[in-house]
Amino acid sequence: MHRPHYYDEHDLGRFGEVGENAPELAKKFFDWYGAVFADGALSAREKSLIALAVAHAVQCPYCIDAYSKDALEKGSDLDQMTEAVHVAAAIRGGASLVHGVQMRNKANGISM
Amino acid sequence: MSSPKSLPTLRARGAPLASSEAQRALLRSLPIAREFDDALGSPLRAARIDVMQINVGKLCNQTCRHCHVDAGPDRREVMSRETMQLCLDALARTDIPTVDITGGAPELTPHFRWLVEQVRALGRHVIDRCNLTILETPTHRDLPEFFAQHRVEVVCSLPHYARLSTDRQRGDGVHERSIRALRRLNEVGYGDGRSGLRLVLVTNPVGAFLPGAQASLEAEWKREMKQRHDVSFDALYTITNMPISRYLEWLESSGNLKRYLDALVAAFNPAAARGVMCRSTISIGWDGTLYDCDFNQMLEMPVHASAPRHVRDFDRAALEARTIEIDRHCFGCTAGAGSSCGGATT
Ligand code: SF4
Ligand code: SF4
Repeated sequence: MHRPHYYDEHDLGRFGEVGENAPELAKKFFDWYGAVFADGALSAREKSLIALAVAHAVQCPYCIDAYSKDALEKGSDLDQMTEAVHVAAAIRGGASLVHGVQMRNKANGISM
Repeated sequence: MSSPKSLPTLRARGAPLASSEAQRALLRSLPIAREFDDALGSPLRAARIDVMQINVGKLCNQTCRHCHVDAGPDRREVMSRETMQLCLDALARTDIPTVDITGGAPELTPHFRWLVEQVRALGRHVIDRCNLTILETPTHRDLPEFFAQHRVEVVCSLPHYARLSTDRQRGDGVHERSIRALRRLNEVGYGDGRSGLRLVLVTNPVGAFLPGAQASLEAEWKREMKQRHDVSFDALYTITNMPISRYLEWLESSGNLKRYLDALVAAFNPAAARGVMCRSTISIGWDGTLYDCDFNQMLEMPVHASAPRHVRDFDRAALEARTIEIDRHCFGCTAGAGSSCGGATT
């Protein structure tokens, strides 16, 4: 089958098909996934914003679609969602930058 | 998303969807997984009448983009005092405990205050569906005091506690004026949880998605409204946007219609269906015609022919035995946690 893109938005709705192989593992994953996002010490709305930020960090278009909608449904607004994306971006940027210390250690270690 | 702006009514623009037949035909034209009666399994029957909802007209000071009434400043359909009297006569013959007054902006209808006073004189509870900004207009600034004096429950629409989301749906500046109006309601005793002056906020999604869980949103809204705006209120209702009228036009023009209807159909919840408001409400139009609900009213689908169709012939027993008129828009009431004039139904 020829598919023009690696990513197709309709594939999100087919997520459950991964359970057609290794169904016990899929069940464990989906049960756990559901439990993770339930109201707990964090509200479901806060968890949805975290998921949205992580979706940007791992750059998953399916998750970005799903959690943009989910965050709106849970009552977040675009200001809150944009700040969540900035958190993801800051951690990504900061994580690269802080490795600069490792670079410095290495460079200093092998430099005269 | 486009920038905040409000369009004139469908009627004023001569838009094709100004006609209820065109709205129903558009909804019917879409391929969907199953019809509402298939999803229900058995006919939807009225159970009782706890609420007489009176829609006193389509006149409104706003032109919100999601309005299911196609209300606006250009609309002239308002209930006459004679028809109000027919509603009062019907009410007096029954013990229906609650009268829910809606519009348009119901307060703009002449004789609105008289209607409230008469219903209160009959000892019934009155709910006013208020858009808040009306309380900021010069001729209606004293309404908070009037409401408090008559112990009217005020149910106000506010799409979001944040400004941008509210203004996108309801027009520039609406959020700020709404917050000012809420503060004035607070000042006369509304929403403090002790006075018995009940203040309810109604939120509906600003776009093509379903509302969140009512209980957890209410807790968050109470916190945010207090912190951001110093406003208190008693309860939050979440209401699903109905795919009719101006919201239907927006769904179609933004390319969201099929996806939204599919989402409503997929989220059909039998428990929500048991609690739909039409089972315990009768809805009266500005000309006295009887409907199962405000949505059927806007789609011009009067009550089943076996029941009286005008308030002058009001017959509670016949109405309580009626079968509800349903169509695809009813998926809007039964998706997820359900949606009614009182918020989620489950
Ligand atoms: S949604 Fe309410 S406030 Fe907005 S135009 Fe319609 S009737 Fe008026
Ligand atoms: S749209 Fe009206 S008739 Fe249909 S389920 Fe909702 S309340 Fe009942």
